[in-house]
Amino acid sequence: MKTKLSAENLNISFGTKHVLKNVNVSFAENEITALIGPSGCGKSTLLRSFNRMHDLSPDAKISGSLKLENLDLYSKTVPVTEIRKRIGMVFQKANPFPKSIFDNIAYGLKINNLPHDKGVIEKALREAFLWEEVKNDLKMPATRLSGGQQQRLCIARAVALRPEVILMDEPCSALDPVSTLKIEELISHLKEKYTIVIVTHNMQQAQRIADKTVFMYLGEVKEEGLTSQIFGNPVNEVTANYITGQFG
Amino acid sequence: MLRKSQKLTSVIEWGTLLLSTLLVCFFLVVVIWEIVSKGASQLSWEFVTQVPTDGMTKGGILTPIIGTVLLTLITALFSIPFGVACAIYLQEYAEDNWLTRTIRASIRNLSGVPSIIYGLFGLALFVQALQFGTSLIAAGLTLGLLSLPYIITTTEEALMRIPNSTREAALAVGATKFETIKDVIIPSAMSGILTGVVLTLSRAAGETAPILFTGAAFYINGTSGFVNQEFMALPYHLYMLSTQHQSIDEVRPIAYGTALVLIVVVFLLNLTAFYIRYKYRKNEN
Repeated sequence: MKTKLSAENLNISFGTKHVLKNVNVSFAENEITALIGPSGCGKSTLLRSFNRMHDLSPDAKISGSLKLENLDLYSKTVPVTEIRKRIGMVFQKANPFPKSIFDNIAYGLKINNLPHDKGVIEKALREAFLWEEVKNDLKMPATRLSGGQQQRLCIARAVALRPEVILMDEPCSALDPVSTLKIEELISHLKEKYTIVIVTHNMQQAQRIADKTVFMYLGEVKEEGLTSQIFGNPVNEVTANYITGQFG
Repeated sequence: MLRKSQKLTSVIEWGTLLLSTLLVCFFLVVVIWEIVSKGASQLSWEFVTQVPTDGMTKGGILTPIIGTVLLTLITALFSIPFGVACAIYLQEYAEDNWLTRTIRASIRNLSGVPSIIYGLFGLALFVQALQFGTSLIAAGLTLGLLSLPYIITTTEEALMRIPNSTREAALAVGATKFETIKDVIIPSAMSGILTGVVLTLSRAAGETAPILFTGAAFYINGTSGFVNQEFMALPYHLYMLSTQHQSIDEVRPIAYGTALVLIVVVFLLNLTAFYIRYKYRKNEN
């Protein structure tokens, strides 16, 4: 399978804290890859380095190469806004804009000079399995939706820009089981069009939706492979201890 | 035995706190009652629409009302754009270093400077150095300076309350930093910013000391309204009627009426602030 997103010899430190140590990892096109590992292992840090969210932290030091296909993500000639348009993100806690449901999706399109008529908005909402629930309330403030609906709106907002990759940072950790199931179904569906990298604390979730799994520990990638192999027959001892719940 | 003394202690504690609260409320009620009971009889349509006549012993208080409104307007035009812009810079752009921290600490300290100091500063800078003379514009700018630290501080606090996840949401769809601030951060913080602005202006509208040397007049003929001329203002009019007028007893009712109008104006401004906050809160949930 074709590699869509990759990191080579990636090192990230914040001040004196060395968070990612020589990480080499790649994500295949139209697959779901789960990043798992105990808290503080650097999985969110790795995820956020792809759409350059660390640009916000002045003390972040990044070395190594990060690529979207052949495009250097930290090249000075590519505007960061272009990268974030091509690599979308869904966050841990649903963070809709303080705008209407319609404008939540239209906003990203507008600033990227893309068409944002009702048809486009409807398509994005349908893709996020949200259209039927909100089609009569498009003018309603997005903050009035339930937590699960808000998170699906955030997914709709990301897919509306037709990104190539969608990064998801524990998108279900604040949701109830029913909403979680809906979002998992949605994610499985989205891989037909997008490459998805998802950070999760929930190992059952990784097994339910991910094609491949990457296990991280103390800032290093310990093991990666097919999800069935990682959970069924791990090679690394630390991986085995983690997935059997001996720590973490 | 122990239980009894504990019970007694808690009654004393509770009683002291309640008594303090009641005492504060008591004085507040007395002040308002005093002003309302003695000023209410003055209130009429004529009182707020006629200029003072017969050496200010008759007529209304239209001139000081117009003066205060224009004065507050100039204060707002000057302090809101600069104050909000400064807060956005400090909160969203400035790096956290010793210079930023010094600037921020200075601004916090400025809000503690007595208002008469601002009056003297305005006299030196606007009236004399910049040759504006004692005028509406000099007084408005002086009040603007007084309001700046409050507007900066309240706006900064409103921006600080916006979680970083909101900023990230906008950046993640490809917004630039400026677009993020303009389209997402400011609208989210609007209720906090507006509340701070209105409360600051209502405080400025009631100030006397800063306008004392910079433009407020004892009396002017007709209605004021030119930025380069002196003006009458409600708080100064009240001060003057209560202590400086040659026939104080005769104008006492007008003084109470003026006090009542001033309190009503400030109260309405505060009410506006609460309404704005209520409206935005309702939209947020």
